[in-house]
Amino acid sequence: MTTLTKNPPAAADKQPPHSRRRRPAMAGLGDLRIALLFILPAMIGFVFFYVVPTIRGVYLSFTEYNILGDPEWVGLDNYTAIAKDPLFWNSLAVTGQYVLINIALQTALALGLALLMHQVAKSTLIRGALLLPYLMSNVIAALLWFWMLDYQIGVVNQFIEWAGMSRVAFFGSEEWAIPTQALINTWRHMGYTALLIFAGLQAIPQHLYEVANLDGATPFQTFRKITLPLLRPVMVLVLVVTVIGSFQVFDTVAVTTQGGPVNATRVIQYYIYQRAFTESDFGYGSAIAVILFLILALVAFIQMKFLKGNESDLD
Amino acid sequence: MTTTTSRAPQPAAARRRRSFNPRRAGAWALLVLAIAVSVLPFLWVLRTALSTNGALASQSASLLPADFTFGAFMRVFGLQSPADAVAEGGSGAAIDFWLYLRNSIIFSSITTAGAVFFSAMAAYAFARLRWKGRNAVFSLFLGTMLVPPIFTALPNFLLIKNLDLLNTMLGMVLPYVFMTPFAIFFLRQFFLNMSREVEEAAMLDGAKHLRIFFQIVLPNAAAPLATLALLTFIGQWNEYFWPLLVGSQDDVRVLQVGLGVFKSQSPQGAPDWSGLMAATLVSALPVLVLFAAFGKRIVNSIGFSGIK
Repeated sequence: MTTLTKNPPAAADKQPPHSRRRRPAMAGLGDLRIALLFILPAMIGFVFFYVVPTIRGVYLSFTEYNILGDPEWVGLDNYTAIAKDPLFWNSLAVTGQYVLINIALQTALALGLALLMHQVAKSTLIRGALLLPYLMSNVIAALLWFWMLDYQIGVVNQFIEWAGMSRVAFFGSEEWAIPTQALINTWRHMGYTALLIFAGLQAIPQHLYEVANLDGATPFQTFRKITLPLLRPVMVLVLVVTVIGSFQVFDTVAVTTQGGPVNATRVIQYYIYQRAFTESDFGYGSAIAVILFLILALVAFIQMKFLKGNESDLD
Repeated sequence: MTTTTSRAPQPAAARRRRSFNPRRAGAWALLVLAIAVSVLPFLWVLRTALSTNGALASQSASLLPADFTFGAFMRVFGLQSPADAVAEGGSGAAIDFWLYLRNSIIFSSITTAGAVFFSAMAAYAFARLRWKGRNAVFSLFLGTMLVPPIFTALPNFLLIKNLDLLNTMLGMVLPYVFMTPFAIFFLRQFFLNMSREVEEAAMLDGAKHLRIFFQIVLPNAAAPLATLALLTFIGQWNEYFWPLLVGSQDDVRVLQVGLGVFKSQSPQGAPDWSGLMAATLVSALPVLVLFAAFGKRIVNSIGFSGIK
């Protein structure tokens, strides 16, 4: 669960000016020794569970390693094998399709909901109700919809039949499996994303709307000329965070379709999991993980760069 | 989808007797629809959990439980005899969600307590102490937020395996218990905005940093610490991937992983739907209780800190 911040790390490092004041007793040394004590536990976690594994992950991607014995250096072999691996390219395509459906739907719905809340109802109760799916785990969301969308006796298919259409094999057909996964995660994240955008809307100065109204702007003009541009930095951040999260879809696939039918839902992270843990091929799995990491970094970079997420139009 | 209404500075009287406005009514209708989509599925889960499997098929769209029974809940907690379980469409295999519930509580509580406390200490060092390299180290910590969890999960799994800690609670909590980058970031932000006057006065009185931290900073930060603990606990409760890798045996298996296992048992050709939904509700219950108790705090924490 994350809360976002608009400050890039560098800007956040600015201290309030009075912190520069020197405390007489501590002048030369600073607080280094006591700081080390305070930071020690976090540093242990940071080094052993973030830094070392990151380096080790990159190293493993250049090795062949099946858990028994030692990793054996094979250079770029894993990467050249991946380039020729149809299952990898399939997982990339499947994940891309998933992200596209998930993000497009989720962002549109969340923006709509945020505008609705901003307009008619800001109560905590309503926001709480919309947030409820997000507080449930992926596993719960997956199982809940696995039941409701069941082909035989799921309530959704019951409605579909009543409406005079034929039942849909949401999880069982190759064409529906990925959209279904995307819809489940859209359902889970819609309210949360709406709340993030809503917070952005709250930060737009009210007087701008009043001025626009005095000038006789129509609601649509106000939306296009004031709301959207001023919301842009927030939207970029929301997109960066949700797209990165979306690429790492795993839980819902693991509990429901497990990559199938055939290869229809074998998303990247599920493929990594299978290679590393089911087939004990840690080198290969790590190499795909490195590629996923690079893709995510690239996607974030492109979004920040082209949507200019770190510049506010308010200044 | 609607657009924002512009709010004109109307006279107060006109605003008070708000006449029927079709745009407003439409907006409300859409909002109510979204709320229904968010909340109603949980009622359907409850209805299913109180039904008997055999009756679910024939009454698949009746709003009330089909052939009402508490059997599914008893089955999930291992209180039903195998014969009864099979008769109601369960597998008859021993399942004990008490055990998973206990494991989930231990896992989430230890990681939350450790991560929040140690992150608070680190955040204090980043916000209040002056030392060389502070900003560089802080940037490095922040950078770890960008590394996708799957990337570190593989090497972390190997580390836990080499330490011979697979299928132990220690192995499950270790990667989370020392800190989370988000917690450090969140608390540092709060400490920076906290008034320093009391701390400086205490320092002039000769109080040391440890005392200031425990007696002034922590009590003053009780509210954000509570919010952070809530968010961390819910996040840990819902964690699936890491416990799946490291805790696959019954005595450390957490609820989310147990749910997945339960789902994959397909007794008598069809899933034990009412049992599965009862198990789902059991897994959701602690978060639902926390949400009922601290909903406002949770809802208000979702947003952007540091917006101008």
